[in-house]
Amino acid sequence: MQQEVVLAMLAKEPTHGYQLRTRLRDALGPLGDAMNAGHVYVTLTRLEKAGLIAVERSADGTERSDRKVYTLTPDGQQRVAEWIAEVSWPKPDLAEFHLKLIAAAAAGLADPLTIVDTQRRELLHRLRDAQRTAMAEPDHSDAALLLEGIVLRLQADLRWLEACEKNWTHRRSGS
Amino acid sequence: MSDAADIPVLRARGLRKEYGKEEGLVRAVDEVDLDIGAGETVAIMGPSGCGKSTLLHLLGGLDRPSGGQVRLNGRRIDDIGEKALAQLRRTDIGFVFQAFHLMEELTAVENVELPALLAGRSPRAARRRAEELLERVGLAGRARFLPSALSGGQRQRVAVARALSNEPSVVLADEPTGNLDSAATLDVLQLFEGLHGSGQTLVIVTHDARIAATADRMISMRDGAFVDETWLTGGTTGRLGALIGLED
Repeated sequence: MQQEVVLAMLAKEPTHGYQLRTRLRDALGPLGDAMNAGHVYVTLTRLEKAGLIAVERSADGTERSDRKVYTLTPDGQQRVAEWIAEVSWPKPDLAEFHLKLIAAAAAGLADPLTIVDTQRRELLHRLRDAQRTAMAEPDHSDAALLLEGIVLRLQADLRWLEACEKNWTHRRSGS
Repeated sequence: MSDAADIPVLRARGLRKEYGKEEGLVRAVDEVDLDIGAGETVAIMGPSGCGKSTLLHLLGGLDRPSGGQVRLNGRRIDDIGEKALAQLRRTDIGFVFQAFHLMEELTAVENVELPALLAGRSPRAARRRAEELLERVGLAGRARFLPSALSGGQRQRVAVARALSNEPSVVLADEPTGNLDSAATLDVLQLFEGLHGSGQTLVIVTHDARIAATADRMISMRDGAFVDETWLTGGTTGRLGALIGLED
């Protein structure tokens, strides 16, 4: 997970490791199940080394990460402010798939329509999972909003596949 | 004799539908074989003009094939008389269309009870059944509304209730969300999930991926023929994290 995400989730107040994980779980819902606790703590260690967070050991002196309290340093606060203001958007790699179809057709490696069919199957499986997970979420949950975004995105990808299918069908019948 | 449970609700063999002749010949449905088991939800997807609506019409006895067979619960329906076919369409098959096809001058409950009345049920039994069905699709409070007073999503739910009026063996839906916005699509989607859960056999022809994703099985159609088939049950649970880049 991106370091800035973990950093920003700590911005509200000094936070125990276990509180941070609860916050992420609430925001992500079932999607957060894929998140591994060890990975979050590795990120925290990196942030500490970079001087973006300060760590207080717990009163009982244990070294368990979830008992430690994490606070943003002034550098950390500045990094969060920059990240919030940044315009970024995850890029789906459409060019790779597009070039795969072109290369497959040009070199006779595979039928582009078969590649489209295979991709559609995979996306439909994902759409089914995302949709079912979304329907099982309580109303107004944070995770439901995220799942809605995923469903919309998969729909857009599937529509593009439809366009690919149409286009490659034409090319085949035209040749 | 094989057990009744082994007989597919719908079976097509070598099903063909052709229009025109010689150079103008169009094979709208080209040698399709299909088995739909009891309780199964099957989505048929494909670009417009691929023949999927024509196929649905052949399966539902709305149109006659140029060749091949269709069996409903083991009984051939492609070669039976017009009267017997009309009877079968009323009692054994439920249809849901993109444009709803409700009778505009009848209220919601009157639309829903109509197939039961035509099938010879008593007015009282037909009304009771229609009211139950409207409750099932979440429209008990709209029973006395005319279709014109309902939203698109509500109209489609009335149409689904009507399709269930005579407890059909199979419900055939042709682009059921084609005229609906996103929120109304979600309503219809949940309704279909509910039907599926109750064991209703469903065949949905669509190019809406959301509705196709609720099916057990998805079939892709191109140029009148099946070109791909996938079972969606089983899913990819555990890979959801990949959707948002949480996994390394």
